[in-house]
Amino acid sequence: MTLLTGWGRTAPTPALLSRPRSAEEAAGLLRTATRRGVVARGLGRSYGDAAQNSGGLVLDCTALAPSWAHDPATGLVTASAGMSLHDLMTELVPRGWFVPVTPGTRHVTVGGAVAADVHGKNHHVDSSFGAHVRSLSLLTADGSLRVLTPADELFWATVGGMGLTGVVVEATFACIPVETSRMRVDVERTRDLDETLEVMTATDDRYRYTVAWIDLLARGGRMGRSVLTRGDHAARDDLPARMRRDPLAFAPRPRLSAPPWAPPGLLNRATVGAFNAAWYGKAPAARRGLVQGIAPFFHPLDGVAHWNRMYGSRGFVQYQFVVPFGAEGTLRRVVERLSNEGVVSFLTVLKRFGQGTPGMLSFPMPGWTLALDIPVGQRGLAGMLNLFDEWVAAAGGRLYLAKDSRMPAAMMAGTYPRLDEWRAIRDHADPDGVFRSDLARRLCL
Amino acid sequence: MKNALGSVDTVLLLGGRSEIGLAIVDRLVRGGARRVMLAARGGTAPVEHLEKLGAQVRLADFDAARPETHEALIEHAVAELGDLDVVIPAFGVLGRQAVYDADPIAAARDVAVNFGGHVSIGLAAARRLREQGHGTLVVLSSVAGVRVRKANFVYGSAKAGLDGFAQGLADSLHGCGARVVVVRPGFVIGRMTEGMTPAPMSVTVDEVADAVVDGLRSGRRTVWVPGRLRPVFAVMRVLPQWVWRRLPR
Repeated sequence: MTLLTGWGRTAPTPALLSRPRSAEEAAGLLRTATRRGVVARGLGRSYGDAAQNSGGLVLDCTALAPSWAHDPATGLVTASAGMSLHDLMTELVPRGWFVPVTPGTRHVTVGGAVAADVHGKNHHVDSSFGAHVRSLSLLTADGSLRVLTPADELFWATVGGMGLTGVVVEATFACIPVETSRMRVDVERTRDLDETLEVMTATDDRYRYTVAWIDLLARGGRMGRSVLTRGDHAARDDLPARMRRDPLAFAPRPRLSAPPWAPPGLLNRATVGAFNAAWYGKAPAARRGLVQGIAPFFHPLDGVAHWNRMYGSRGFVQYQFVVPFGAEGTLRRVVERLSNEGVVSFLTVLKRFGQGTPGMLSFPMPGWTLALDIPVGQRGLAGMLNLFDEWVAAAGGRLYLAKDSRMPAAMMAGTYPRLDEWRAIRDHADPDGVFRSDLARRLCL
Repeated sequence: MKNALGSVDTVLLLGGRSEIGLAIVDRLVRGGARRVMLAARGGTAPVEHLEKLGAQVRLADFDAARPETHEALIEHAVAELGDLDVVIPAFGVLGRQAVYDADPIAAARDVAVNFGGHVSIGLAAARRLREQGHGTLVVLSSVAGVRVRKANFVYGSAKAGLDGFAQGLADSLHGCGARVVVVRPGFVIGRMTEGMTPAPMSVTVDEVADAVVDGLRSGRRTVWVPGRLRPVFAVMRVLPQWVWRRLPR
């Protein structure tokens, strides 16, 4: 038995961890499952318990027949589920292609990107990962390998289905051509939350990638002040002359690594407050046409390996919700409350979502999404997040399963209207309940 | 499943009318637990209060004195609740030493409940917790078992046995994800001790329940209530026998 946690390092549970190298081997392992069931795991970047299975079997899919193929005529990439977006980018970017969607880290697998239907800074334009997938190979509970397309309902139960319909073995998805490995970025600061929302609403559609970082510790008239970072893939002509010689160069590496142990409470109001003030202070009031690499633009935290250790042994929770457009009042109440309570959230990120996918448990919907990460141990945290749940549910919003580690089952049932439809399809594909996870138990999926 | 902030989903209370047991369940439900089973003799226990707090409450017939039924009861609880997050055997009888002196059979029967019943239900629960890889068994021991006194040595010796059982079980579960919390309250003022004169450092039912819930969250293995009893009993344990024997109660 191996003790597993998600990226937030909370609620560890033991499981038998196996590392299949092929779909056949994985199918053989499914047959050995006890009544505690099986779930696939990738690089463990879900924050909560999605890839944990207490007392059961967990398939580490990162060794699953690593292979990828790219058709330059169509832009379609077929990759094994265990490949990371990092590895894919390392292959694709120098050839002039980029993944359709990348979350805030490159260290997620293709299978995980499908299972969580991940989104990125381009959601308002390009939707989430599932929207770009053309076909999936899914190892189902009976041990058979099924090829699914968006015409199958099991496809949309799998996209965003958190690995509970089967093991994704391979996916084919559309990539986008890029001229360079750089981004052309505009940075601007806003004075308060009103201005942040206003500017994003008015001008987000001019950029393919946008995000706002909120200084949550700023209070009073400055509450909700933000740094907006928005950009597009740079064209060759956008680059300074010295970069034009090798416009597609891409070899990111973490520059730092967090120590194996950090005292709980290292990230507290004083340190996070100082960081926030510095971050806001160092951002230019407005700067246009900044040229930045893919890694610092999309994945700044990947620059520090194991950054999750900085939260200490008690770990941290991520709280990411979406509320529909028109529910800005809810967003404001949450930010006000966080700001007044002095809640420590190291990186608070605001983003506008566009259209969602037909994934039944897929998270994004048109609206505002706010993501917080909060060290465990702050007094009153559970009660405050329960209160936010109520506000979010009342506004017609919901929480992101890949980030969740604490939502009550009733919140899930009340905010994912297609849950019963999903259950029916899952029960059909997995009548004996072979696929199980701690998340599924906690949320009564 | 226990969530990232320490809330649990399911609670099984054995001795479903126990004052301390219900006070612990009350707190767990307020903290987010939604599925509760109250197991008691005759299958009756107070459910309204817990339901008002938002829990779904199931009742089950449970007799601590019939160990042959205990494994089936745990299976039944799993079928009704799913994984068991917290299991609390809270049954017990506190008879008077004078009565036991006169009626050895009654003494043996009460020991069978206070010790034997906990052993069979504890082992059955532990097997399930080990299989599921998580969950906590709360064992309500007592300072009466830390060092047995002549004033209540039948009750005390059963608690001493239970405490030793709980220690051994905790060690055997180490590393499997499940755990045991051993609770050692002093004199608890409540229904069970009605009509008795409270001992020094006595506590209320609510204080015990708060301490247990604290222990569940903190991951501590032994919970003394009040906490001061720990150093007190460090001394009590090493008092010479001739002093201990002369203690008034």
